[in-house]
Amino acid sequence: MIRPDAPVLLEIRDLQAAVDDQPILKGVNLTIRAGEIHAVMGRNGSGKSTLSKVLAGHPAYAVTGGSVLYRGENLLELDPEQRARIGLFLGFQYPVEIPGVSNLEFLRVATNARRAERGEEELDTFAFEDLVRERLAVVQMDPAFLERSVNEGFSGGEKKRNEILQMALLEPVVAILDETDSGLDIDALRIVAGGVNQLASPDNATLLITHYQRLLDLITPDHVHVMAAGRILRSGGKELALELERSGYDWVDQELARLGADAERQPAEVA
Amino acid sequence: MVAAPVTSAAAAAPAAADASAWLAELAGALLPSRRQEDWRFTDLSPLLAIPTGIAAPSAEPSVAVPADPWTGLSLPAGVERLTGADAERLLGTALTATGAADHWPVRLNAGAAPAPLVLRVRRDGGSLELPLAAPAGDGLAAWRLLVLLEPGARLELLQVPSAAPGQRQLLSLVTEVVLAEDARLSLGCLALGRDDCCLLNHLVVRQAPGSELLAATVSAGWSLARHEPRVLQERGAASTRLRGLQRVEGHQLADTHSCVRFEGPEGELDQLHKAVAGGAGRSVFNGAVQVPRAAQRTNAAQMSRNLLLSDRARIDTKPELEIVADDVKCAHGATVSQLQSEELFYLRSRGIDAAAAARLLQRAFCEDVLRFLPAAARRHDPISALLGDA
Ligand SMILES: Nc1ncnc2c1ncn2[C@@H]1O[C@H](COP(=O)(O)OP(=O)(O)O)[C@@H](O)[C@H]1O
Ligand SMILES: [Mg+2]
Repeated sequence: MIRPDAPVLLEIRDLQAAVDDQPILKGVNLTIRAGEIHAVMGRNGSGKSTLSKVLAGHPAYAVTGGSVLYRGENLLELDPEQRARIGLFLGFQYPVEIPGVSNLEFLRVATNARRAERGEEELDTFAFEDLVRERLAVVQMDPAFLERSVNEGFSGGEKKRNEILQMALLEPVVAILDETDSGLDIDALRIVAGGVNQLASPDNATLLITHYQRLLDLITPDHVHVMAAGRILRSGGKELALELERSGYDWVDQELARLGADAERQPAEVA
Repeated sequence: MVAAPVTSAAAAAPAAADASAWLAELAGALLPSRRQEDWRFTDLSPLLAIPTGIAAPSAEPSVAVPADPWTGLSLPAGVERLTGADAERLLGTALTATGAADHWPVRLNAGAAPAPLVLRVRRDGGSLELPLAAPAGDGLAAWRLLVLLEPGARLELLQVPSAAPGQRQLLSLVTEVVLAEDARLSLGCLALGRDDCCLLNHLVVRQAPGSELLAATVSAGWSLARHEPRVLQERGAASTRLRGLQRVEGHQLADTHSCVRFEGPEGELDQLHKAVAGGAGRSVFNGAVQVPRAAQRTNAAQMSRNLLLSDRARIDTKPELEIVADDVKCAHGATVSQLQSEELFYLRSRGIDAAAAARLLQRAFCEDVLRFLPAAARRHDPISALLGDA
């Protein structure tokens, strides 16, 4: 839902980031307003996951330039946990398994951290069980998964559902879902998409990272962005995704080649 | 190799020499030195910082033999205490069989001459907790136990050795166990110590065929802790499960030297030893498994998993497999890792602060062993003590 007057939730300006001195993000610009659903598409290696991890505060990535404002606040100076508490959520492309840490306990601690930030009372184990059972319905997940270790031995689809369950519990303001659709069969995809749609509201926003149109058949994006070589190459409406589906990414190479040539010319122009 | 800490103050040197002489006299043997293979990584100087004498409530520490501390002990039905000649006849049976009687910590324990507790279990002895609380007073506090399970008998036994508040003590524990055919023992030792106290803990077990032993030892907080579980499967065909967890920080040292010997075929061992090392702490694990020719079709697995929390901490872990029999399954492995950064980030990305996330991961690491302690251990909240909570 696009409302030009809706408040800006996330404002990414010329964001640059590197890992081990290797530049990966090379100037990303993106503005997300309340109520919007954005899709970021692009080939493997274009920097989509890096963008999501930089936003979430992964310590392996160094921000080398640009800025990110979250509801007007400098996001980049916050610890990852603080970002989560104020409402940023990253659904991981590859959720890690944590043997020995009970999923239920993990979900409760995480939920309470977010609640504390919002000035809500902590939920004890009983109150939390009620809440989690209600939210399990969003992803049609078997309560048996609560008794297991975090993601341990979960199938790919179960891990992704567990991510959406966390999202349902944390009620984020900005949710970034990194390839939550990959590796899902059509039923699981419907469930996950249904969960995302259910949680979307005029007050929050979603950034979907995906390769495939099939997720966007179920969740209609307001904006679609194509990422390549660490930047957003083109933005458009939902028809851009359909166009990509038809004609593929070959044009991206030409565009990159042109940009590369521009970049090489630039110093000459300055001189 | 790290040099032994220099005993700094000039005044301390004679005290250390005194302590060394006193301990040697009591044990009837000089302290082990680091030139001995079994003590190579284990600096015993923390022992010398403990005041000499037997810990006693009186103002003057004395070498007098303490009174029987076991008189008030109430035992579950099915467990009886043997005393007098019956007890004397049985004491030492496992120590002799395993060759442990000559070990220095065992000799020291004998020198302290604690009143022994000899228990015989005839059927299902249920659950028993032995609170091994040292009496007030600086110095050496020793316990000596022998537990006999008759054929088919069962027992769950929890030992909780603890130093007296505010006292500098050396705790010495020697436990002998004899398991007859088809007997089952679950033995837990929860040893939460303090920085100014040391623990020497010997467990010696004789297992008959068909018997099952689960022995879990959890140790943290001692300036020096040495655990020596030794198991002898006298005719094989028994089941031995060993679980160990030790945590060190500051300049603490924890050392486990285990030994399991199979003297007959078809014995089983399942051993997991874990260590968490922070600060400038040091953890040592040496796991001997002896499979002579008579022990065909032995099935043994030993795993050592270590969590290194600081770059000043040190972990030495070594399996010591002596396998002569040819038809044997013997798996072993060791890992040393740090808290996984991807796991930490995942937890933090859900609003869990870095310290709490690290605690969750450490707790998970420890639970793997803690869950093998008898249920009664939970009352002592071992996880808080291990993770250093108030
Ligand atoms: N932690 C990392 N260490 C080294 N290289 C990385 C790391 N993360 C990402 N990269 C590199 O950055 C580029 C972008 O990766 P990524 O963001 O995962 O792309 P996408 O999600 O679009 O497939 C790739 O070339 C990848 O190899
Ligand atoms: Mg990716």
